[in-house]
Amino acid sequence: MATTDDSGAFATATEIAADVHAGTRSATAVIEAALARIGRLNPVLNAFTATTAERALARAREIDAARGKGHGLGPLAGVPFAVKNLLDVKGIATLAGSKINRAHPPAKADSPLIERLEAAGAVLVGALNMGEYAYDFTGENAHDGPSRNPHDTKRMTGGSSGGSGGAVAGGLVPIALGSDTNGSIRVPSSFCGLFGLKPTYGRLTRARSFPFVASLDHLGPLARSVADLAVSYDAMQGPDAEDPVCTRRGIEPVAEIVRRGADGLRIAVAGDYFRKGAHAEAIEAVERVAKALGIAREIVVPAAGRARAAAYIISASEGAALHLDRIRRQAQDFDPDVRDRLIAGAMIPASVVVKAQKLRRWYREQVLALFADVDAIIAPATPTVAPLIGQKTLDLDGVQVPLRPNIGIFTQPISFIGLPVVAVPIPLAPMPIGVQIIAAPWREDIALRIAHALEATGVAAAPRPTL
Amino acid sequence: MQPDDDTLNALIEAHAKALGLAIEPEWMASVRAHLAVSYRLAGVVEEVELADESEPAPVYEA
Repeated sequence: MATTDDSGAFATATEIAADVHAGTRSATAVIEAALARIGRLNPVLNAFTATTAERALARAREIDAARGKGHGLGPLAGVPFAVKNLLDVKGIATLAGSKINRAHPPAKADSPLIERLEAAGAVLVGALNMGEYAYDFTGENAHDGPSRNPHDTKRMTGGSSGGSGGAVAGGLVPIALGSDTNGSIRVPSSFCGLFGLKPTYGRLTRARSFPFVASLDHLGPLARSVADLAVSYDAMQGPDAEDPVCTRRGIEPVAEIVRRGADGLRIAVAGDYFRKGAHAEAIEAVERVAKALGIAREIVVPAAGRARAAAYIISASEGAALHLDRIRRQAQDFDPDVRDRLIAGAMIPASVVVKAQKLRRWYREQVLALFADVDAIIAPATPTVAPLIGQKTLDLDGVQVPLRPNIGIFTQPISFIGLPVVAVPIPLAPMPIGVQIIAAPWREDIALRIAHALEATGVAAAPRPTL
Repeated sequence: MQPDDDTLNALIEAHAKALGLAIEPEWMASVRAHLAVSYRLAGVVEEVELADESEPAPVYEA
């Protein structure tokens, strides 16, 4: 029988696993409490589109039985987690936020990332709301309704991993997985006040997840602590022949490294492009981080605006190519906001798309040169705190621009070349906002060390909402 | 590079016909707005001068 005790709702994954290892809480009690809290709060937050209660409780009982027999437990033993509903969950149709995919048969197997987290002892409790087909920065969904920000339920979670942001910020789970093509982990992390890790492009396998833009798609975790990002990231690393992009590099664990602090690291703040359009709160958040880290240096990321334009073109074009046949046959079944963007994307000249891919390689060379002199770059994650649900325009330097395509102006130039980023939450009142810590390819460890140092001083923290 | 509304409308209608897309009249303004953004950003991409020998980013490994 499910308990209503959710006093541990904001425990971190690391704390939960320690309790389960020590026997001070059973995995079954943890999962029952998580399911009860989801049942109580999901009608408000609309983060989950499905729960996997039966499976989760069975898995929790297995963990408790293993402990009872004296077997070793994994580093995430008994930790509840949930995944954006574009990752395959065995027995559930992979919606990817759409109405159309509801007609798909249930997935035959879990995503390898779910398999890897469960192999470390974590327990899947459900699938999460998201913007349709991940073409979204708002967390709104025409079919399932908007995911709602736990810090102010009138506001957006950010997207497209909106349910992931709402579920973790609301204390429904300590860890959720999201995807990030142009910012969809970092934007909800910023709006919901969470730590989010978008690893290097190719670091984590994308097998058995519904794609959006193959050139730019990443998967990664959102959590309320850096340690939780690190331990879940470590569990998910490793090659996978099923994803042609997944690296053949071996596992490079970070869970111990993150505690080394930021001393000795060369860090600069991104100026120029990354100052334009930023609201006062975004600038204040970056300034707090710079002050805490003692950063005096500012650098210019060359051609960031052109990179963002090219990311937009590639996303629109590849997204349209992916969905063209569905638009032909079932246009009425799309979210209108997504449908019209995809239709327009199908009409972009191929010559521009090829040029955008060439620009991507050129831009990568320019940016990688910066890392000869710095180890990490600091930039705002979003130009503003979470807008109101339904808001259609955004003020950028005094000009009202369409909100949906412009929330990602600071995230797009970074994911465009696959750099690893940790979004850290700066707990401004009344709403938090995120800052990006950007490192060179394959140096997630550096970004996580800096995030951990900021967390240790309290400059970065996931604020607890009143629900 | 930036087409005007009449040109965009003609582009959309021609593409819709060629691609077999049925675009309802009430969708046109929104599709046109998105296509206008794409062309504006395409102009930003086109302005960058790259060598003829420059390679695109995707890496294929046999």
